[in-house]
Amino acid sequence: MKVLVAVKRVVDYNVKVRVKADNSGVDLANVKMSMNPFCEIAVEEAVRLKEKGVATEIVVVSVGPATAQEQLRTALALGADRAILVEAADELNSLAVAKALKAVVDKEQPQLVILGKQAIDSDNNQTGQMLAALTGFAQGTFASKVEVAGDKLNVTREIDGGLQTVALNLPAIVTTDLRLNEPRYASLPNIMKAKKKPLETVTPDALGVSLASTNKTLKVEAPAARSAGIKVKSVAELVEKLKNEAKVI
Amino acid sequence: MTILVVAEYENGAVAPATLNTVAAAAKIGGDVHVLVAGQNVGGVAESAAKIAGVAKVLVADNAAYAHALPENVAPLIVELAKGYSHVLAPATTNGKNILPRVAALLDVDQISEIIAVESADTFKRPIYAGNAIATVQSSAAIKVITVRTTGFDAVAAEGGSAAIEAVGAAHDAGISAFVGEELAKSDRPELTAAKIVVSGGRGMGNGDNFKHLYSLADKLGAAVGASRAAVDAGFVPNDMQVGQTGKIVAPQLYIAVGISGAIQHLAGMKDSKVIVAINKDEEAPIFQVADYGLVADLFEAVPELEKLV
Repeated sequence: MKVLVAVKRVVDYNVKVRVKADNSGVDLANVKMSMNPFCEIAVEEAVRLKEKGVATEIVVVSVGPATAQEQLRTALALGADRAILVEAADELNSLAVAKALKAVVDKEQPQLVILGKQAIDSDNNQTGQMLAALTGFAQGTFASKVEVAGDKLNVTREIDGGLQTVALNLPAIVTTDLRLNEPRYASLPNIMKAKKKPLETVTPDALGVSLASTNKTLKVEAPAARSAGIKVKSVAELVEKLKNEAKVI
Repeated sequence: MTILVVAEYENGAVAPATLNTVAAAAKIGGDVHVLVAGQNVGGVAESAAKIAGVAKVLVADNAAYAHALPENVAPLIVELAKGYSHVLAPATTNGKNILPRVAALLDVDQISEIIAVESADTFKRPIYAGNAIATVQSSAAIKVITVRTTGFDAVAAEGGSAAIEAVGAAHDAGISAFVGEELAKSDRPELTAAKIVVSGGRGMGNGDNFKHLYSLADKLGAAVGASRAAVDAGFVPNDMQVGQTGKIVAPQLYIAVGISGAIQHLAGMKDSKVIVAINKDEEAPIFQVADYGLVADLFEAVPELEKLV
């Protein structure tokens, strides 16, 4: 089967972001960018499906700026076969991304689409579900295990109380949780080979997709800072403070 | 304005998360209706009708809605949503699973995990693992929103007397099926609703050592959480994970034991009222957010703490 994987370029997870002084957003100038960690897990799962002989071709797609080519090349180095960049300059809302991905799904006709469960910048946790809605496919979100069983896909999902398993008709959408797999590193020869793999760039216009949104960010602020606490010297002092000062026990 | 709240429930009654979501709806203003979708949910509907401030309870009782499969529940909510200005659900795994599907079917953007209501169309939500707070305005005719439950104080579970009305045709998409579930069993309070949370990290060393935290938690009436490191190492199951990708908690007291305090963990607990850190590494980032820090070996400090409280 053909597998489509969506990846996003985001600020590296180790970066402590700073809010811009004019409250228009966070400062991403000269900040290290990487593939969203959940997207790495999505790529790894697709590659494993290919190694098992389940997937025949892996197409990786990103909707974002021209620089997202770096993350697509990373995915190619990890084992994807070819890449598509839907080039859009602005920061997009999830519905716009889902609409662009829907157009790619219509063109590529994958049997399975894998996305991360959320991007660590917007923390939306929406795109996969929205893509499922637009395509009319079943969705297996927050997946910690994915198994193809005949014409069905069994997905074990991380839910609040534990784990839940659902059986989905194919084609289907899966979003990855952290425990789905441990992503591999790209080797230098694979990074070199990835440079020769095809990477196609399209515009949302060419796909006939409108990126209009019903959400507008008015401002972005730093969260209220916690005042510095104190270090206590002993457990007895800690208990005394919790009882008499903080009054929480 | 009328607001539809999608109820979260467990063990035949509405879950606490529903009460926080009704509180968010009350802040927006207008009549609040609660939707209970599922199979054999008569008892849940009755408990929903008692929630303070709820005007009406809609019940969609059908086998298709069992286990909250989004492929079936989302079309139901879309069918009902046409009569509402807002559709709200708690940002639980069910809410997060279903509501974006609803939003896309309504062709509107969703606003995820709001922590404050500025006005009927403007909301605050955390981004970048809680390191920035965005104020977002929605121009959608029907505003689809998930609510971070720790951002709103729960309304009273008793005191209301809403009418109960059966609604909704059976939407069975027939493209997904429930196979089974494995739920973690615990007598302790639910993590996201607990007043006190005791969490362990990599410093616990192994799963067996979590018994020290369990007995401390039992003495305090607390829930037990964990960092990703502790979950990945197999010390405890994943539903105990607190953080950006796990559960968001904001208890009165959060005791972090053997947790370094990575950005991703802080995202899940830094709105706790009082934070205590017990760690032998005095450079650990957790001490920067802790109200009370104790630099000590947790294997000595935790049993002593248990003795003294």
